[in-house]
Amino acid sequence: MVPLRFLDSGEAMLVVEFGATIDAALNERVLALDAAMTRAAIPGVIETTPTFRSLAIHYEPLIVDRKRLVARILDLEAEAETMVRSARSWVFPCCYEPPHGEDLAEVAARLALTPERLVLLHTERALRVHMYGFSPGFAYLGGLTEDLAASRRAHPRPPHPADAVMIAGGMSAIAPLPMPTGWWVIGRTPERVFAPRRDPAFLVAVGDEIRFEAIDAATFTELSRRAAAGEPVARVGTRR
Amino acid sequence: MNPALRILAAGPGATVQDAGRPGFSRWGVTGCGAMDPVALRIANRALGGGEDAAAIEIPLGGLEVTAESEALDVAVVGGDFDVRLDGRRLPGAVALRLAPGARLAIRAGASGAFAYLAVAGTLDVPAVLGSRATHTRSHLGGLDGRMLRAGDHLAVSRRREVVAVPAAIEAAALAGESGPVRVVLGPQADHFEAEEIAAFLSRDWRLSPRSDRMAYTLDGPPLVLARGHDIVSDAVTHGAIQVPGSGSPFVLMADRQPTGGYPKIATVIGADLGRMAQIRPGEPVRFAAVPLEAAVAARRLREERLAAPVRLVPLVRSDFTTADLLGLDLVSGVVDARTGQGR
Repeated sequence: MVPLRFLDSGEAMLVVEFGATIDAALNERVLALDAAMTRAAIPGVIETTPTFRSLAIHYEPLIVDRKRLVARILDLEAEAETMVRSARSWVFPCCYEPPHGEDLAEVAARLALTPERLVLLHTERALRVHMYGFSPGFAYLGGLTEDLAASRRAHPRPPHPADAVMIAGGMSAIAPLPMPTGWWVIGRTPERVFAPRRDPAFLVAVGDEIRFEAIDAATFTELSRRAAAGEPVARVGTRR
Repeated sequence: MNPALRILAAGPGATVQDAGRPGFSRWGVTGCGAMDPVALRIANRALGGGEDAAAIEIPLGGLEVTAESEALDVAVVGGDFDVRLDGRRLPGAVALRLAPGARLAIRAGASGAFAYLAVAGTLDVPAVLGSRATHTRSHLGGLDGRMLRAGDHLAVSRRREVVAVPAAIEAAALAGESGPVRVVLGPQADHFEAEEIAAFLSRDWRLSPRSDRMAYTLDGPPLVLARGHDIVSDAVTHGAIQVPGSGSPFVLMADRQPTGGYPKIATVIGADLGRMAQIRPGEPVRFAAVPLEAAVAARRLREERLAAPVRLVPLVRSDFTTADLLGLDLVSGVVDARTGQGR
């Protein structure tokens, strides 16, 4: 295993780097250390940010000094390897039909697939939330088949709808807040991935799995109405 | 009617800010909060309140406010802004009682890019994910997640009376540091050749007009990246200096995204984030590298200075004439109580 690198971004953020690539095994180590750090609740640690390949630790150096922090992290990393991380497995309804799958036909043509085939490929595997970033609730989903590895758009498209389901750069994503994007919008989920006034505000944890389930436009409308009323419309089970 | 601050005029970019929204970066939520955290804390301390309380952040476009229904005690702290009460010039760091109908105008002054208007009481906007800080890009916090504009009312609850007479604010932490902005090299300094790092540290950069709460772009000859300009996205922090393919570095500020995909040559130390924020577009800036231990020491010194008492020096004894003082309505508490009953 590649040894950990400790990189400082100023005196209040320490990056624990596991590697330099997007890789499920690296991400698994990041998430294991993240879970161990959360359990350890080290005084002076403000929050941790898991990403594809590193765990950022935001800390107050006047409470916990770097040397002590690094020592704790090395201990926790050794323990984390043997820990079982809890993760959930979600089924998210997704409507790929018009008007929701805005870019479906265009990106299917680029991938030399029929839209039907693209939907089948997108729904057949469970994807994993590798990290959040970019904007609140923007979830990067790994594990996509290479057949769906469309490159990003050369120029961003106008803002996507709320709770858009997208693909680009070999990944999929769910994006709650409308923003201009270089990704391809292939569908939309009626579930509210992020609702600032709901508890919990975010449904899906980093490391959870998501499988999409195709629904028609009428079902989307119905589920969207129920989601707006506060009813959960994504289903969850325990993976392990 | 409940006491409130009423916005009479607002330049672009005035928002409600507090110490920020930590704890949600794992969900893609930006930390946001005050661009100059030290100024926010002193403004709140001057009024005896919790130092991380929400206040109004005022950029170069300025702000004009009045009190509604009841007088409000307020403090202004930040860059050297032009502060006027009903047209009369006040010091740039000042606490005063704002009577209903009185007009407090805060405009860009000699220097500095942000001032904070704190209120003795609670700015009654809902906390979202534990903070009242506005993040306009994701429409979170503050007043409906947006910039303030003329006509807005900001209700104030738990109003306190703390400023009997207008007073200049004196605080050890207001003492301006000078010299280059201090940075710790990294976390991706190894993406740059030694001479590029030397160039970054020796160059006179100029703050680009394309600078905002999200990032301060540095204009100057571009830097060369030895190992390419893309890294796999990882977490970023306030003050991290990213270098994209164009070679023009940009400093990530309060509204940064929580993750980024460009190499970070260096990170501005915590103690100098406020000073960095107060640089105006067009002004020069230089950077100096310090060891991590020095960054921690500077952080400790900042906290010691902030812990020192914030003094309110009544303007009665200083630079204001009797006529000015009458104009400032030093007996406003009495007057307000009387007129207040008539409402």
